[in-house]
Amino acid sequence: MKPNSGRRRAFGLSLRLAWRNIWRQKRRTWLTALAMIFSNILLVFMISLQFGSYDMMINNTLRMFSGQIQVQRDGYHENQKMRQVIPAIGELASGIRERFPQASVAARANAFVLVSSQDRSFGTRIVGVEPGHEPGVSTIPGLVREGRYLDNPDAAEIVIGSVMARNLKVAVGDELTFLGSGREGSFAAGVVTVAGIFDSGSMDLDRSLAEVPLGYFQEAFDMRGSGHVIALLLDDLNAVDGLLTPLKALVGEREELVVLDWETLTPGLKQAIQADMTSAWFMYGVLIVLVAFSVLNTQLMSVLERTREFGVIMALGIRPRRLALLVLLETFLMALLGLLIGALLGGLVTGYFAYAGFAYPGMDQMAEKFNMPAVIFPALDPLSVMLGPSVVFIFCLFAAIYPALKLYGLRPVDAMRAV
Amino acid sequence: MQIPVKAMSKLAWRNLWRNYRRTLIMLLAIAVGAWAMIFMTSLLRGMVDDMVKQGIRALPGHVQVHTAAYRDDPSVNHGLPAPDEALLEVLGGEQVQAWTSRLKVPAMISSEYENRGVLLLGVDPAGETELGFDDGDIVEGRFLEGADDPGIVIGRKLLQRLETRLGKRVVVMSQDPDNAVADRGFKVVGVFQAELESREESIVYAGREVIQRMLGVGSDISEVAVLGRDYKLPEPLAASIRATVPADVEVLSWLKLDPYLATMMAVMNGFVLVWMVVIFLALSFGLVNTLMMAVFERVREIGLMRALGMRPAAIVYQILVESLMLLALGLLFGNLLAIGSIIPLQDGIDLSAVSEGMEMMGASSVLYPVLLWPDLVLANAVVIVLGIITSLLPAWRAAQYRPVEALGRS
Repeated sequence: MKPNSGRRRAFGLSLRLAWRNIWRQKRRTWLTALAMIFSNILLVFMISLQFGSYDMMINNTLRMFSGQIQVQRDGYHENQKMRQVIPAIGELASGIRERFPQASVAARANAFVLVSSQDRSFGTRIVGVEPGHEPGVSTIPGLVREGRYLDNPDAAEIVIGSVMARNLKVAVGDELTFLGSGREGSFAAGVVTVAGIFDSGSMDLDRSLAEVPLGYFQEAFDMRGSGHVIALLLDDLNAVDGLLTPLKALVGEREELVVLDWETLTPGLKQAIQADMTSAWFMYGVLIVLVAFSVLNTQLMSVLERTREFGVIMALGIRPRRLALLVLLETFLMALLGLLIGALLGGLVTGYFAYAGFAYPGMDQMAEKFNMPAVIFPALDPLSVMLGPSVVFIFCLFAAIYPALKLYGLRPVDAMRAV
Repeated sequence: MQIPVKAMSKLAWRNLWRNYRRTLIMLLAIAVGAWAMIFMTSLLRGMVDDMVKQGIRALPGHVQVHTAAYRDDPSVNHGLPAPDEALLEVLGGEQVQAWTSRLKVPAMISSEYENRGVLLLGVDPAGETELGFDDGDIVEGRFLEGADDPGIVIGRKLLQRLETRLGKRVVVMSQDPDNAVADRGFKVVGVFQAELESREESIVYAGREVIQRMLGVGSDISEVAVLGRDYKLPEPLAASIRATVPADVEVLSWLKLDPYLATMMAVMNGFVLVWMVVIFLALSFGLVNTLMMAVFERVREIGLMRALGMRPAAIVYQILVESLMLLALGLLFGNLLAIGSIIPLQDGIDLSAVSEGMEMMGASSVLYPVLLWPDLVLANAVVIVLGIITSLLPAWRAAQYRPVEALGRS
C-alpha cells in the first residue's frame, strides 16, 4: 500500500467523522449555519446592489456628456481658459478616429457667454460640437425632446436643455443672442436659432448646457480651427485602461497635450464610490465579525463538551494535531453549508431584484443627485455572489483556530476525568 | 406561588458564569454589536447633520419668502417689495433668530481675459453674516461693509478662473426688468473660500443697494431669508410668516426648498433602524444558541427544580433574567466602547482624500460624529426588547420539560 493512499483514507475517515460530529447537535449546527446564511444573503444582495449602482453611476455620468477619456491642452482641466486650445482639433480627432476605430471620438470647444432671449438673459456655458460625431460620445443628442439635434457643422443653430429653455422662455425656432469673448479675449457675439431642446433628467445639464456646431463656434469665437477637448467613449469601461497607453503615444507627438481618464475628469465620482465602499465594508465587517463570534462560541462549546471523548481518543494514541484538524474540518463543513445555502438563497433573492428592480422610499430624490434612475438593478455576477460569502467563510475558519488550539493543552488523564 | 425574585436573580447570575468562556464570547459579541450600532449611527448622523447645515447655510435660512414665480424663473421681474410692517413684526419676533433680504439674479462676470456665468447676490453684509456667511472664510481682502458698498466679493476658484486679483476690476452683466443688458464695473474687494468648490465658482456678493440701482428695480428684492430657532421645526415659523404676506407670495421651509436634504434626513432615520435590526439579527442566532446550550446542560437540574415544585413560569423567568443580565452587561460594555471611540473623534475625521466625492453628496471633507440620546436609547432598546423576545424560545423550551423525563436524562 502506498503511503499516500493511506493518508487519503485517513482523511476520508476524518471527513466522515467531522460530518457526523456536526450533526450530533443538530439544533446548534443549524443555528450557527443560519447566522452565516442570514449574513450571506444580506451580503450577496448588498454587494450586488452596490456593484449595480456604481456601474450605473459611472455609465450614466460618463455617457451623458463627459466621455471616458479626454484629450486636452495641459492645464485646461484645472483652469479652463479660453486660450488653452488644441490647435487643428478636427485633424487630430480624425487621426484618433482612424487609429482607434473601436472608440467614438468627438471634438469640442467651450466658452462662457451671456445668452439672451427676448425676455431673459443668463450666463452659461456653450459647447461647440461635431454634429456627426457627438452622438457617439454623449447621450444628449438622443435626448432631444423637441425639435431636432444639430446636423450642419456650420449652421447658426443651438440645442439647449429643458430648464434653460424654460428660464429663457424660448421654444424651438426662436432666436437667441450670445455675448462673450473669443480665443484671445476679443469680443464675440452671434445670433442662433433654437434647433432642439433636450431633457436629460440631470438638473445641472438641463440648466447649464447649450450646444452649437463646432464649425460655427470656431468662427464666432475666433478659434481658427482649434478647440478644447476631444472626448472618447468606448463600449466597455474596462477597455479604457488598454487604450490609454497607445493614445498617449499618439497624442504625445504634440507635447502640450495630455490624455485624461474618467477618474481624473470626474474625481467626485470615483471618490463618492470610494467613500460609499468604505462605509459599506465597515458594515459588512461588523456583520462578519458577529458571525465569526457565533462560530467561535459553537466550536468552543463543542470542543469543551467533548473533553472526555477527546481524552479517551488521545489516550489511544491519536495526536492533538489530528484532533485539531478534525475541529477545523468540522468548522469547514459547517461554513461550507452556510456558504452554499447562503450564496444560493442570496443569489435567488438578488436575481429576483435584478429582474424586477429595487427601490426604496426617497430613492428618486437621491438618485437624481448621482445621475441614476430611481430603480436600481443589482449586478448579479459570480464575483458579487461569492465575494461576501467567501469572506464570511474565511473568517469562520479563523474563528475555529482558538477552539482547535485548546486541544493541544489537553492532557488525556485529566480530560478523561472531566464531566 | 410567588416567584422568589431575589433568589432567582442570584441563581441566574451564578448560572451565567458557570460557563464563563461562552458567556464572555457572547458578551463580546453583544458589545461589538452595540458598539457598531451606536458608532455607525453617530457617523451617519454626523454626515447628514453636516449636509443639512451646509444646505441651510447655502440656501440660506430655515424659511424663505419669494414671489410664487421666482423659484421656477429666477428673474429680476419676479421681485418682491421690501418687507412691509406686518412682515417686519413677525421677523422681529421671538421665533426669528435673524433675517435678511437679498437680491439674487443670474449674471455674467468678466475680467479682461475670461468670463463666467454666476449667481449675483445683492446682500446686506450684516444680515448675510448672521445667516451663515462666515467672515473667517474671507481669505483675501474683506467682506462687504454695507448694503451700499461698491465693491464685489468673489470665490477663490472664480478668481483663478477669471485670472484676476484682489483690487482689480471686473464687469458684471445682468438684465434689467426690460431685458436690456445692465452692466457695471466692480472692484474685487474680497475673496472667499467655501467648503464646496462649486460655491466658490458660482456665487458672487455685492451690496444690495448697488445692485438695486444697477438693475433699476427701486427697493425690490428677490427673497427674504429667515433663520429660526430650531432647524428641525421650520414649519411653524413658515406658517406665521405666511399669514402676513399676500397669496401670490410663496413662503417655504428648507424641507421644501431642498427636497434632497429632507429626503436624506428621512431616509437616514429609516436606515438607522434597519441597521440596528440587522445587527441584532446577526447577534440573535448566537444569543439563542448560547441560551439553548445553557438550557440543555441543565436539563436534569431543571427537572429537579420542577420536581421540587417550581412552576414552569418560574423557569421561564429564570432563563429570561439570565438573558437580560447577559444583554445588559454586553450593552454596558458596548455603550462604553462606543462613547469611548466617539469622544476622541470629536475634532472630526479627516476625509479630504475623498473630498470631491463628499462634495458630490453635499457633505464637507471633515466628518464630525454626532451622538444623539434618542439613537443611544434606540440601540439599547432594540437589543433589550428583541433580545428578550428571542430568549422566549429557549426559555419556553426549558419550561416544557416534564420533571420525570428530565431527571432521567444524563
